Amino acid sequence: MSDQIHALNRTERELISFRISDQEFCVDIMSVREIRGWTQATPLPRTPSFVRGVINLRGAVLPVIDLGSRLGLQTERPTERHVIIVTRIGEQMVGLLVDAVCDIIAVTDALIQATPDVASDLVDRFVRGIFSLEGRMISLVALDRVLPDLEAEAA
Amino acid sequence: MDPLEAIKITFFQECEEQLSELETGLLAMEQGDSDSETINAVFRAVHSIKGGAGAFSLDPLVRFAHVFETTLDDVRAGKLAATNTVVKVMLQAADVLADHVRAARDGGTVEEARSAAQAQTLEALGDPSTASASSVPIFDTPIAPLAPEPQASQDDLMGDMVFTPLTVELSEAPASPVWILKFRAKPSLYAKANDTALLLRELARLGHVELLLDASDLPNLADLDPEGAYLTWVITLTTDRSEADIREVFEFVDGDCDLSLTPRPGEFETDPGPQSAEGPMPFEVAADVLTLIQQAQAITIETPIQPAQRINTSVPQAANTGSAPADSNGAAAAQATIRVDLDRVDRLIDLVGELVINQAMLAQRVAESGVSRSSNIAMGLDDLEHLTRDIQDSVMAIRAQPVKSVFQRMPRLVREVAALTGKQVRLVTEGEGTEVDKTVIECLTDPITHMIRNAIDHGLESTEARVRAGKSPEGMVRLTAAHRSGRIVIEVCDDGKGIDRPLVLQIAIDKGLIDPAASLSDEEIDNLIFMPGFSTASTVSNISGRGVGMDVVKRSIQALGGRITITSRPGLGSTFTLSLPLTLAVLDGMVVSVCEHTLVAPLTAIIESLLPKREDVRAMGPDAHVIAIRDTYTPLIDVGVVLGYRKSPLDPTQGVALLVEGEGGSRAALMVDAIQGQRQVVIKSLEANYRQVESIAAATILGDGRVALILDVDAVVATRRHDKPRHDLKLAAVG
Repeated sequence: MSDQIHALNRTERELISFRISDQEFCVDIMSVREIRGWTQATPLPRTPSFVRGVINLRGAVLPVIDLGSRLGLQTERPTERHVIIVTRIGEQMVGLLVDAVCDIIAVTDALIQATPDVASDLVDRFVRGIFSLEGRMISLVALDRVLPDLEAEAA
Repeated sequence: MDPLEAIKITFFQECEEQLSELETGLLAMEQGDSDSETINAVFRAVHSIKGGAGAFSLDPLVRFAHVFETTLDDVRAGKLAATNTVVKVMLQAADVLADHVRAARDGGTVEEARSAAQAQTLEALGDPSTASASSVPIFDTPIAPLAPEPQASQDDLMGDMVFTPLTVELSEAPASPVWILKFRAKPSLYAKANDTALLLRELARLGHVELLLDASDLPNLADLDPEGAYLTWVITLTTDRSEADIREVFEFVDGDCDLSLTPRPGEFETDPGPQSAEGPMPFEVAADVLTLIQQAQAITIETPIQPAQRINTSVPQAANTGSAPADSNGAAAAQATIRVDLDRVDRLIDLVGELVINQAMLAQRVAESGVSRSSNIAMGLDDLEHLTRDIQDSVMAIRAQPVKSVFQRMPRLVREVAALTGKQVRLVTEGEGTEVDKTVIECLTDPITHMIRNAIDHGLESTEARVRAGKSPEGMVRLTAAHRSGRIVIEVCDDGKGIDRPLVLQIAIDKGLIDPAASLSDEEIDNLIFMPGFSTASTVSNISGRGVGMDVVKRSIQALGGRITITSRPGLGSTFTLSLPLTLAVLDGMVVSVCEHTLVAPLTAIIESLLPKREDVRAMGPDAHVIAIRDTYTPLIDVGVVLGYRKSPLDPTQGVALLVEGEGGSRAALMVDAIQGQRQVVIKSLEANYRQVESIAAATILGDGRVALILDVDAVVATRRHDKPRHDLKLAAVG
């Protein structure tokens, strides 16, 4: 019995899913520190357009990445309805700007399929895998690739 | 981490402390302090280093420390007088010892010849006959780690000389009443985890104690109940305390022992003790509980064959609070420090910084909500503001350290530079206790080192020249630190010849640094020595004068947000004055707006701000501008364009120009839209969560909770040379 629970725990993980335009994505819940509303960010000079700027997270300077723009999607100007998901990527804290948070979902690794071979480089680079839940398709975001300096290293 | 490695790190940290103790002590001896405490402190420092090094098998260090210690022991014993020559040799030996410690820590080696020569000189001091007779006999003898030497045996036994055993004669306190205590522990006393040694030590605090152990009830080993109690102590206590005080010692074992207390029954020696069959067995009371227990065990086992013997009772000085309460209190106060991981302190500082910002935001929100200034809420907020300020000050004080750690390195430097230049130099330091943030301390060593080298090498005259000028042959360099208006001011002052202005001017002209026709004030000439590529030394020495001198000092000071000034009087000497912020965590900034963005420019970089007039601004080339400031043309840089906030520069008459000095003294005027004010801001790293951003030094959080960027003035000035903005604009136009 306990072995079964153990096996279950090992393969099942919890994810936070969120929406950008009409697509649904998710990240591992363990990498999410908090979720907060959109506040006006201070833009940084000479940075890629998907870096929205920096905000004050209780005294720390937190960069905000427009995840939609990063994934090559059409994004609108952020409004108060937008949400920043504060995630920990390696040693750094990074805010991800998304349209809305949907759900907390539990999936087993077995359900996650490899990313289908589509033409987009961006999808290839930032989506680790996809799975289907109640008819919705949800993509698992490769968090460690969203920061621009890591991209520079890869290039 | 390997636990042994961790202990080793602590050992080296303590070594640094011991080395500074050693140097302080030796310097005091050089000034004529022949107090035995000073000599003991010096001896103790070397002894502790040797002891610790032995435990880690750092053989070269142990060998050298041993020779040093032997010589010091002679001084301590009065066999060797601490003359000036002797102390000088010891100061050099302290330098070599420091090198040994650092070599052991960093994995290097100390030049064997230098170490051996120094050891030989030391030995020659102690015993002139042996030094000449053999090369270095001590060096061939491996020293067992922590082995007590005969001459220092007592100290070794006592662990690090914390306690100095003091024999107290009974006759010294004839006026005090004498009590005879008979104390027999029951098995229940031990069963309740009481320790008779602690009780006896408590008794020793009350007064003079003579202790006899009556072990006559102790059965043979075969009959011995391991949980039984067989020992009786007969205690002769000479004390002024009352009977109640004495009984209080046994308060916790009341009922678990047989205790009788009788005042002055007559001579101690004549009292046979009612239970004594073989005679009482006195033994030494030592402060160390372990020692006591060990001795008790030894005696317990050996009782049947050991003849009775009498040993003088020693009352440890440190434990004898009655005799020197002031001393022990003072020592306790000085020792009341803890080692704290710097990360924890930094975390605390971050949190308090957040608290301050949060408090400011709250106050602003409350003010915006229209609450009256006299309402309870507003008054509570005022109290909160005071509290947060106090907390911030207290937390910053944790990181503050006295500049002593930097100043202490200087005597050695002065000795070395003095020896190289053949000058006689005396270093006087003042204000060693001045406290400044740790980050600033770390950055102080290099500039001060350079300035002191410079003062000795260039400032002070040779001994002959000084005598000719009617000065004392010994030159003086004064190093002082003080707090002045929220900054730390460090002065390096020499009583040398002062700056040779005609020579400085000539060199600057020869090197093409200034226009020969320029007429300069004395102050301007003095400041020429800060120009890059300037060096007054006609010969390049290996001390200073490589032409990378004072301009490097000036630049590193400016990088810290500091200033350096010089005053010089011909024939009387020069003074270099360093002024630095007390912390690198806050910065005095000019808050400016550029294209609706709020930016902070470090105040130290700004020389002046001005409103440009149209006729002062001239175009140069396709899109560069210069501005005439008092007939000097200075490049005009639009901050908004450099940062990419706008594509074409602002109309100069619509904004404010900040005249700044960048790296290497190059000046530029930075155009901003408006100045909002001057403010102290807390520096926040951008790299922590993101990465370095071009033209931006760091970020800060303003009172409204928004992040503002701090300009990297040097980088902004430099972008003009790289032509980056125009390059980007072209790309944008093409794309």
